[in-house]
Amino acid sequence: MPIVMDADRVSRSLARIAHEILERNKGVDDLAFIGIRTRGVPIAERLAVHIKQIAGVDVPTGALDITLYRDDLMRHAVAPQPVVRRTEIPFSLDGRHILLVDDVLYTGRTIRAALDALIDFGRPSAIQLIVLVDRGHRELPIRADYVGKNVPTSRQESVQVRLQELDGRDEVAVDVVEGAEP
Amino acid sequence: MSPAATSLRSRHLLGIASLEPDEIQLVLDTALAMKEIGTRAIKKVPTLRGRTVVNLFFEASTRTRLSFELAEKRLSADTLGVTTTGSSVTKGETLVDTARTLEAMAPDVIVLRHEASGAPHHLARVCKASIVNAGDGMHEHPTQALLDAFTMVERKGRLQGLRVSIIGDLVHSRVLRSNVLLLTKMGAHVTAAGPATLLPLGLDRLGVRVETSMDAAVDSADVVMMLRVQHERMRGLFLPSVREYFTWYGLTPERMARAAPDAIVMHPGPMNRGVEIDSVVADGPWSVILDQVANGVAVRMAVLYLLAGGEE
Repeated sequence: MPIVMDADRVSRSLARIAHEILERNKGVDDLAFIGIRTRGVPIAERLAVHIKQIAGVDVPTGALDITLYRDDLMRHAVAPQPVVRRTEIPFSLDGRHILLVDDVLYTGRTIRAALDALIDFGRPSAIQLIVLVDRGHRELPIRADYVGKNVPTSRQESVQVRLQELDGRDEVAVDVVEGAEP
Repeated sequence: MSPAATSLRSRHLLGIASLEPDEIQLVLDTALAMKEIGTRAIKKVPTLRGRTVVNLFFEASTRTRLSFELAEKRLSADTLGVTTTGSSVTKGETLVDTARTLEAMAPDVIVLRHEASGAPHHLARVCKASIVNAGDGMHEHPTQALLDAFTMVERKGRLQGLRVSIIGDLVHSRVLRSNVLLLTKMGAHVTAAGPATLLPLGLDRLGVRVETSMDAAVDSADVVMMLRVQHERMRGLFLPSVREYFTWYGLTPERMARAAPDAIVMHPGPMNRGVEIDSVVADGPWSVILDQVANGVAVRMAVLYLLAGGEE
């Protein structure tokens, strides 16, 4: 189980991304973070804390569950349905610059679903994508604007992101799983 | 306690009787996510796109039918509505023949309301589609019990240990039966009260405290659920008069004063004002009757979503 990012590396990557966000976006007034459930949410919250420390501004943060927008739902007649969790976006997206946050970027299908969901909430002026790990193997024309670390993987491997808030420690590991799909 | 369910075990929802507590909890948790969709500017998700749902209603219904229809539309399903008037049912077609005809159109789900107890169970044996019981005779109305439970959790934070009093026309009530089954499974304390002529036999064996005095039933209750006097099902002498019924079993502000301080009042609708409930109570601060209607859509969305993935 090779560890490709330890706690220190995760922390420094997020601090760097926070600086990049401020560098690329002139003014932070219309920014908002949307974390994709499950692990995008604590990452988004940590980035908001970094922005607060650096620029002294509170950037609103929401949580998005993309289950109902998945493209593989209803394709397998006898498979149990994925558990739906709550979406919590307590602010309007209209005219805002949305920073969409997920832990791992892989096929791009989750991000496609998230983009469809966000459009149902309003009309953001722009959406940018932040991921902690980009592991390649895209199946859709989607790319990240901010990447913590590029991790070359094979499709037989699975990337596990563990976060203090949910798993008790920060690390990114690559495991080999037979015939696994995320 | 078994591990939390991540799916329903059956592909039909025929009654609360066949649900385990963890499945009930799954429906309630999923409904919480579905409720948020109703607060958005665009109240629709693409989840059941390309799925067909038939609403087969053999009995008068406004809120249940509209609630299911809205739930289906919010999940992007294609919906067909069949009511008895204006269909071949009035020409003498049997339930099974009607269902088989509809089945030739390949629906994924059939939502059935029927005046005969057990009708959905019968359809579940002959149809390939998932069957959702939207009320069968005097048997069960599972989605009503689920939305009632959702509303109780929303207002009271729990079901475990909650004191729920269900009052009114008990013998004709499928809402009572489904609620008793659900609430006792989830650890609530249920009291049922009504005139002796409207008390079903054997209610106490379901783990319910049975009262004929309304004052005793309301005493320190957390939830007071009033049931409608179902005149249409009364073929015989059940009640001397509506006025006498209200005197003994009508929910008034004076009677509500006996309940727990922050008690809530529920009613599955349609209400008979001045028969089982005083307007001051129905429109008062205790009332969560309109919340029940709003929550019905979220709960039915949850059921439709979960059944679409149920195992064979």
